[in-house]
Amino acid sequence: MSLAAFRERILARRPLCLRGGGSKDFYGGPLVGERLDVGGYQGIVGYEPSELVMTARAGTPLAELEAALAERGQWMAFEPPAFGGAATLGGAVASGLSGPGRTSCGALRDFVLGAKIMDGEGRELTFGGQVMKNVAGFDVSRLMAGTLGTLGLILEVSFKVLPIPVGQASLRFQLSQDKALDLMNRWAGKPLPVTATSWEEQLLTVRLAGAEAAVQSACGALGGQRLPEAEAAAHWAGLKEQSHAFFAGEAPLWRLSVPSIAGPLPLAGIPLIEWGGAQRWLRGDYAPAQVRAVAQKAGGHATLFRGGDRAAGVFMPLPGPLAAIHQRLKAVFDPHGVFNPGRLLLEL
Amino acid sequence: MNLPPHSAERDPDFSGAASAALLRELRDILTPESLITDRELLRPYECDGLSAYRRLPFAVALPEDEAQVVAILVACHRAGVPIVPRGAGTGLSAGSMPHPQGVLLSLTKLNRILKLDPVARVAVVQTGARNLAISEAAAPHGLYYAPDPSSQIACTIGGNVAENSGGVHCLKYGLTMQNVLRVRMVTIEGEILELGSHALDAPGYDLLPLVIGSEGLLGIVTEVTVRLTPKPQMAQVIMASFDDVRKAGEAVAAVIAAGIIPAGLEMMDQGAAAAVEPFVKAGYDLEAKAILLCESDGTAEEVAEEVGRMRGVLEHSGATDLRVSRNEAERLRFWAGRKAAFPSAGRISPDYYCMDGTIPKKGLGEMLTAIAAMETKYGLRCINVFHAGDGNLHPLILYDANIPGQLERTEAFGAEILRLSVALGGTITGEHGVGFEKIHSMCEQFSTDELKAFHAVKGAFDPPGLLNPVKAIPSLHRCAEMGRMHVHHGELKFPELERL
Repeated sequence: MSLAAFRERILARRPLCLRGGGSKDFYGGPLVGERLDVGGYQGIVGYEPSELVMTARAGTPLAELEAALAERGQWMAFEPPAFGGAATLGGAVASGLSGPGRTSCGALRDFVLGAKIMDGEGRELTFGGQVMKNVAGFDVSRLMAGTLGTLGLILEVSFKVLPIPVGQASLRFQLSQDKALDLMNRWAGKPLPVTATSWEEQLLTVRLAGAEAAVQSACGALGGQRLPEAEAAAHWAGLKEQSHAFFAGEAPLWRLSVPSIAGPLPLAGIPLIEWGGAQRWLRGDYAPAQVRAVAQKAGGHATLFRGGDRAAGVFMPLPGPLAAIHQRLKAVFDPHGVFNPGRLLLEL
Repeated sequence: MNLPPHSAERDPDFSGAASAALLRELRDILTPESLITDRELLRPYECDGLSAYRRLPFAVALPEDEAQVVAILVACHRAGVPIVPRGAGTGLSAGSMPHPQGVLLSLTKLNRILKLDPVARVAVVQTGARNLAISEAAAPHGLYYAPDPSSQIACTIGGNVAENSGGVHCLKYGLTMQNVLRVRMVTIEGEILELGSHALDAPGYDLLPLVIGSEGLLGIVTEVTVRLTPKPQMAQVIMASFDDVRKAGEAVAAVIAAGIIPAGLEMMDQGAAAAVEPFVKAGYDLEAKAILLCESDGTAEEVAEEVGRMRGVLEHSGATDLRVSRNEAERLRFWAGRKAAFPSAGRISPDYYCMDGTIPKKGLGEMLTAIAAMETKYGLRCINVFHAGDGNLHPLILYDANIPGQLERTEAFGAEILRLSVALGGTITGEHGVGFEKIHSMCEQFSTDELKAFHAVKGAFDPPGLLNPVKAIPSLHRCAEMGRMHVHHGELKFPELERL
């Protein structure tokens, strides 16, 4: 599909449902509007390994980007979930989801360097750039991360890439939730090469990555049982792609984002914990108000991530002054309410 | 919904503001010593770290708590008086240069560290807390606040948020944006916004990247939660000499291409090394055309492994001399020269003008060659220090403001560097901000539609346009005028400005 075709659809001023590979159709509010497929708008526009920067069109599959990077010993350290094979770069940025390494390397939005978008008037706008440091103008490119397409059609994204770590090891410990949360937080405060953690069913798993020597010495310092390489890779991929057994079945999936030091949350059901305690998953038919109240009391928020009743809003509502800013920003970039209405917040 | 009218066309005019009424209100809000109107006492606030641009504000307000900040903003909003926020005043782009009809809001009295949680690895601090004070408070727990701009002894966290400040270690540890979890700020309407949280994300749009680096145009930050990082066990730096600046630039690319992310990767040209050596006696190789400082940090084993790999790459890239710091004192000495580059420029020249473009690293050689040609063209010397790892350049143009015409030539020299930065695929500012200084260069980097979008974003937060007006984003009228300015190069920019 061409830019002219995108513009024509946008200028028709009818609600559009923007879609890359469709791998995250389940995420966010109900899909509304005529479908606008971005998946055909593909291609790597630029890649310079020594600049640590890749630029690609929004419809390019993540798998294609990952393959091109791997050839040069690099990767997307923010580990965007694909949830199946069709996920695209634009969809990854629009959903803003980050993988298991969130606490050590940062979020997807931290890796966004620049973006070209088409706004609700059909204008092509470029923000940010292809360099690591850039403070000219408001950082609208990073703002796009996690907007679920509600502020504009993402056309092209430049993002930072990193070398694949030389050394890697995963360790496993049998521990209670309490003890695991405590350890994850204590390790995070030490100069250890911990890049991911998870806890489920009394098992704490820790991923170490970095210089070979650092990984080896951390293995010695932490103890535990070292996982065979293939099993470790499958474990982290299972969390990233939600192919892990915890995510199987139809029960609603809740994501609670809380400060890492929050203790076990007062909700029935055993969570799966990631991000050193900062991301907790729960399965079951919870009353949304109850889950949200618990998350809020812990200092965070809750999202109905998959399944359940999406019509009532999957994200937590915003306080008044913040909601007003959201509406005004929406009016700036999408004055006619064309892009993904209601997908992020019912009122947007 | 309809937006309130907000003009991107022309710079706003505040001559009709109700200043006298505002002053009465400010006297009710603030204690007498926290409100300055006496002309002589206003002097220290006339400029920030970029002293070429000076103006006196109508008044300086020094609130002592958030409630006073709210009250001041509400009062200014009602009176239609602009507000310019200021932290320590160390900024390098005239971002906190006062507005003559406006209130300068100095936030240095809000300087407390409210909470430091070593287990959660966060510190909650007021906006005027100093960058280094946070690291000092965290040090007993083996933690620190990673971004380390060279002004870190003095600069405030609020100023760091305004500019998205970096430092010499941001290639590995990120800028302010990657190290801030939460920002509490007051809007021009006096509403309090909490952006981000102590969790790793928050519902709705992620407004932190929009606000961090927004140069005080969107709201007044009162409180910040920063992420603290475990202090690496040790660090070692390699000092490498090159007989050609292009070779040094290629060595930088080679280090990155080899899969190494150094904790710091800095470059100095011969002029910069010669300028700093007499003052810091770092032992720099004065014969070298360029010096690279390449740092590794982590555990002892990690550093040994990485330094070995770095050495290999640098030798292969044609380094003529390599020295690895043997102890912490030597490491700090190697760095001392780089960190003293700005003050040293001030000692060898009456004035200097620091540029801040960022370019893709592959353009480093072309940029340096072009700068050398510009030295001849403008008849001014320029010494170069770079955050080479991320392509952020700090050319220091040496001039004497007392010699008629030199400041104007310096500005033209700087503008040409920035134009080339954009042409090479980079940006006019990597970390110092646009402020008032680079507002014209913004017209080179962004289209009319993009500038209109910036103005509209500002309007979403600040409908009356009172927060730090005529900074960071040029009006379209200004850009149009600038087009004419290219033709008449010798003319003085901004004739309305007082020159000192």
